Amino acid sequence: MEEKTIVCRCSDVTLEEVKNLIAKGYTTFDEIKRITRIGMGPCKGKTCTQLVLRELSAATGKPAAELKVQTTRPPVTGVRLELLAKEGEGHEA
Amino acid sequence: MKKTDLLIIGGGPAGLCAAAMAAECSAHALVLERNPKAGGQLVKQTHMFFGSEKQHASVRGVDIADILLEKIARYPNNVELMTSTTAVGLYEDGVATALYKEENYFKIMPRAVIAATGAYERPLAFPNNDLPGIYGAGAVQTLMNVYGVKPGERALMVGAGNIGLIVSYQLMQAGVKVVAILDAAPKIGGYLVHAAKVARMGVPILTSHTVKRALGETELKAVEICAVDERFRPLEGTEKLYEVDTLCVAVGLSPLAELLEMRGCEMRYVPQLGGTVPVRNENYETTVENVFAAGDTSGIEEASAAMVEGSLAGLCASAKLGFVHPRYEELRQELQGQLDALRAGPAGKHIREGILSIVAKGGFSC
Repeated sequence: MEEKTIVCRCSDVTLEEVKNLIAKGYTTFDEIKRITRIGMGPCKGKTCTQLVLRELSAATGKPAAELKVQTTRPPVTGVRLELLAKEGEGHEA
Repeated sequence: MKKTDLLIIGGGPAGLCAAAMAAECSAHALVLERNPKAGGQLVKQTHMFFGSEKQHASVRGVDIADILLEKIARYPNNVELMTSTTAVGLYEDGVATALYKEENYFKIMPRAVIAATGAYERPLAFPNNDLPGIYGAGAVQTLMNVYGVKPGERALMVGAGNIGLIVSYQLMQAGVKVVAILDAAPKIGGYLVHAAKVARMGVPILTSHTVKRALGETELKAVEICAVDERFRPLEGTEKLYEVDTLCVAVGLSPLAELLEMRGCEMRYVPQLGGTVPVRNENYETTVENVFAAGDTSGIEEASAAMVEGSLAGLCASAKLGFVHPRYEELRQELQGQLDALRAGPAGKHIREGILSIVAKGGFSC
């Protein structure tokens, strides 16, 4: 069986995929996010961020603290559209 | 829209202490807790705590949670606790949004916020790391101590910090054979008393070792480990195979501060505090006015420190809103003294250094 090292559990992205992208010249978190969807799953990057930053840091020579991560936006967890709509009832447009 | 003086996000040790203090100051606090039962990580801590009597030393964590819950229950007019409720957003205009189960999404307009959202477990990347049977150590502790579920028969622990050592002991209490505890560092990170306890029970603690890969088709069958050099590079020819059905990862925690980040608080990456944390003043207020932080959210420490920080943040945030505790100065000094004592000595050095790098002098005075 093929051995996979998973860096993103939400979207099943492997370490190999991330390494290949970095080798192709995608050296920011946002670029890798747009291609693979890392950081966009229900956990909002709690597994992948650190693992991807470590790879980016190794590839660019910059410490992880200096690398830009994705922008955090609400909601932090999934909210059903039905509930959003219900909350909005009666509000001015 | 729901209104409150203080919105406290997280009903763990920091959040519950903040709420109790706010009530003592006669402020109104709304506590949001994501889980069905408040208490945070305390609810699964079956071991007795260290520290001093002030932070309930020699009491089991799970009992400390009940003590804190009883304390806030004494103030039914001041503290409202909403369980199974997650804060999902903090917005520029001061509005917070929350979700109760999957049933109700609502807005809250607080005068001030205390983020006490705790931390999350760090991941580890190795081949086959998604096989069933591989858990965060915290997840295993929840399974065993909250739900009474035995996770497996034979376990390997990665991480010889306090969580790794304590969960190893609790696995043995649950009847699971712990084959070894690994740590990539050359030294055991946790307290000697915890390490000695598991070592006496015959569990080898292998420092300078890491997981090379997990083996199994549909579930974990074995784990291959190897020794690492001083720069954590695997050493060829040192591989060893352990047949296990459970692998626990306890390689540290990261502060959970995403709500503060989205609110626009200035954040800083501080390795000594476990990751990205908010910059704050001496009153636990972040760079956004009336937004406070306490506990693991602002730096990874023990629950005892989180309780004291929570009390302090509750005291300061209430004062900022005009609810000044009659013994404000005295309490501040006393609580600060407790924190200093908890962080004293070589074990607290990284915490002291980390805090120095995020705390700006000053802030309001009462």
